[in-house]
Amino acid sequence: MTAITERKLARPADRSPLDHASYGDRIFRGLLTLGAVTIPLLLGFLVLELWQGARLAMGKFGLGFVTNSVWDPVAVQFGAFPLIFGTLLSSLIALAIAVPLSLGVAIFLTEFSPEGLRQPVAFLIGLLAAIPSVVYGLWGIFVLIPALRTTAFPLLREVLGFLPLFRGPIYGPSMLAAGIILAIMVMPYVMSVSREVLLAVPDTQREAALALGATRWEAVITAVVPYARSGIIGAVILGLGRALGETMAVTMLIGNRHEIAASLFAPGYTMAAAIANEFSEAVGDVHLSALAYVAFLLFVVTVLVNAGARLLIWRVARGSAAGGKAL
Amino acid sequence: MRSHLLRGGTVLGLASLVVAGSASAQSLTGAGATFPNPIYTKWFDAYHKKTGVQINYQSIGSGGGIRQFTEGTVDFGASDGPMTDEQMAAVKGNVLHVPTVLGAVVLTYNLPALGETRLRFDGPTIARIFQGTITRWNDKAIAQLNPGVKLPDSDIIVVHRSDGSGTSYIFTDFLSKVSPGWRENVGKATSVNWPTGLGGKGNEGVTQQVKQTEGAVGYVELIYALSNNLPYATVENAAGEFVDASLASVTAAAASARFGKNTDFRVSITDAPGKDAYPISSFTWLLVHPDMTDGTKATAIRNFLRWMITAKAQRMASDLKYAPLPNEVVALIGARLPSLKANGKALASE
Repeated sequence: MTAITERKLARPADRSPLDHASYGDRIFRGLLTLGAVTIPLLLGFLVLELWQGARLAMGKFGLGFVTNSVWDPVAVQFGAFPLIFGTLLSSLIALAIAVPLSLGVAIFLTEFSPEGLRQPVAFLIGLLAAIPSVVYGLWGIFVLIPALRTTAFPLLREVLGFLPLFRGPIYGPSMLAAGIILAIMVMPYVMSVSREVLLAVPDTQREAALALGATRWEAVITAVVPYARSGIIGAVILGLGRALGETMAVTMLIGNRHEIAASLFAPGYTMAAAIANEFSEAVGDVHLSALAYVAFLLFVVTVLVNAGARLLIWRVARGSAAGGKAL
Repeated sequence: MRSHLLRGGTVLGLASLVVAGSASAQSLTGAGATFPNPIYTKWFDAYHKKTGVQINYQSIGSGGGIRQFTEGTVDFGASDGPMTDEQMAAVKGNVLHVPTVLGAVVLTYNLPALGETRLRFDGPTIARIFQGTITRWNDKAIAQLNPGVKLPDSDIIVVHRSDGSGTSYIFTDFLSKVSPGWRENVGKATSVNWPTGLGGKGNEGVTQQVKQTEGAVGYVELIYALSNNLPYATVENAAGEFVDASLASVTAAAASARFGKNTDFRVSITDAPGKDAYPISSFTWLLVHPDMTDGTKATAIRNFLRWMITAKAQRMASDLKYAPLPNEVVALIGARLPSLKANGKALASE
């Protein structure tokens, strides 16, 4: 891989510097290099800025900030545990709903759907990704929450009430409502990418399975999906990244309460929502710094989750070929 | 193509030169509170048409306004809560709070069983509801304030603002004054550690939550409640009267507040003493430097403030349902404006 790149890059330099094309190439190469360097630099500055903004709170609260649950701007006491918990839990709920659904759609569209339906459905789902998140939030407030509160939540409590997850008073805005809106927002990403990955699976895989006497369903489960699994995991990670950082729709539906509750009907809070809510009116230096600390932690969580995902893909990819390339 | 780009660039360059040229004399920038943004926008627009002075205002929130004012990135700031003593120390005391209009906070609730009947509350009861110590609508404390009203036997669902806001500041400032328990356990700020309830984002978030949930109670800006026809409670004031929130009762609260002759205008008018005063009221302020380095800008700000307190400008405020300043406060501001300086020297009179 590296050898090829070097050879390609080296070629323009072999020519005479007076050659007009070579100048163009050099400029082009320079521009591309600049672009490539800019992005890591931006990231570096971002982290540095967050770290500097958070220094005051880091000095005051240390690592206890991560495990402390009190968030009291008046007493200048800050702890981010409920925020971290809420971020991870709402994203998990989102994935739990979105992944089976979008995978099902992707498999249907690539393996079972009539030819004429494939493009329109894929296009429509892709459109979901273009809707601004504040619109999702408003739709959540006006349509989703009333529906959940009057029908879905009472039903869940009735049927699954033996689990602590589905007990307690029903307000409407809740961890579960936020998870559901996130699921809807994440779905187009997971669906589109896994569809691309499934399309990339060579037909020989399917034909081989069918030739061995497999049904269509067995062919998909034994030959197509395993072949694409690392790519599918990649799609899920993309969705997770989106869910972790989503702000506006979540803050409109989650109830914004700094508390960890066993019930999914109870309100919660996420890191991104807290920053969006409190930043503009944060008056004290420590309050502001605590919010920067939260932003820094959100960054750390995202990096950790992504690193974990890469590791997972890398381990899975050792068994299959197509998925690794799809990423 | 290239020449097109070049020409475009030249035009842009010229345009920015022109803008920069006028900026020194005829343009001011400010940033801060979102609550008074509609009236500020209207004022700045009207003032621009009248005098040609361009005032750019970014409604980024009171916290951001105070920060930018302190850092000197804007010519003036705006805030719903007064600067604290530490914040004033950061600008070496070189700040004057100029009240512009008044705001108020009302309690809105969702109890369809009541029909048109308005609920009555006093401060300590509100504090106990928002602390979670009164949890049922038919609690004795509420029933005593509302004789003859058939209160439902249901849970109270408390809704508060999740975003930091001047509305929360006014509300918690009031509760801190009337309830020692609130003062000790929660306190006053743009965002506090709420003992109970759900957080809604913005006035509209709180309103939606209250509207959709039977038995919910929340607090919103008076203007917001008026323009959306929300039901809201009358609240007992310091004189023991139950007062309906209205532009008149809010202005009355400001009129009954006591100002010293050399006041810095950082006066809280929640729980004001007047008989007609609505108790959950507050000023919103512009933050200006009494001693600026740029004489032209200082004069421009002084002239705008002089115009802002005219009857005509204040009437524009009541058109937008902001409670206008009472005459006493207008007179106090008018008397203070001549003391504005640039580099230690008095400003030219016009």
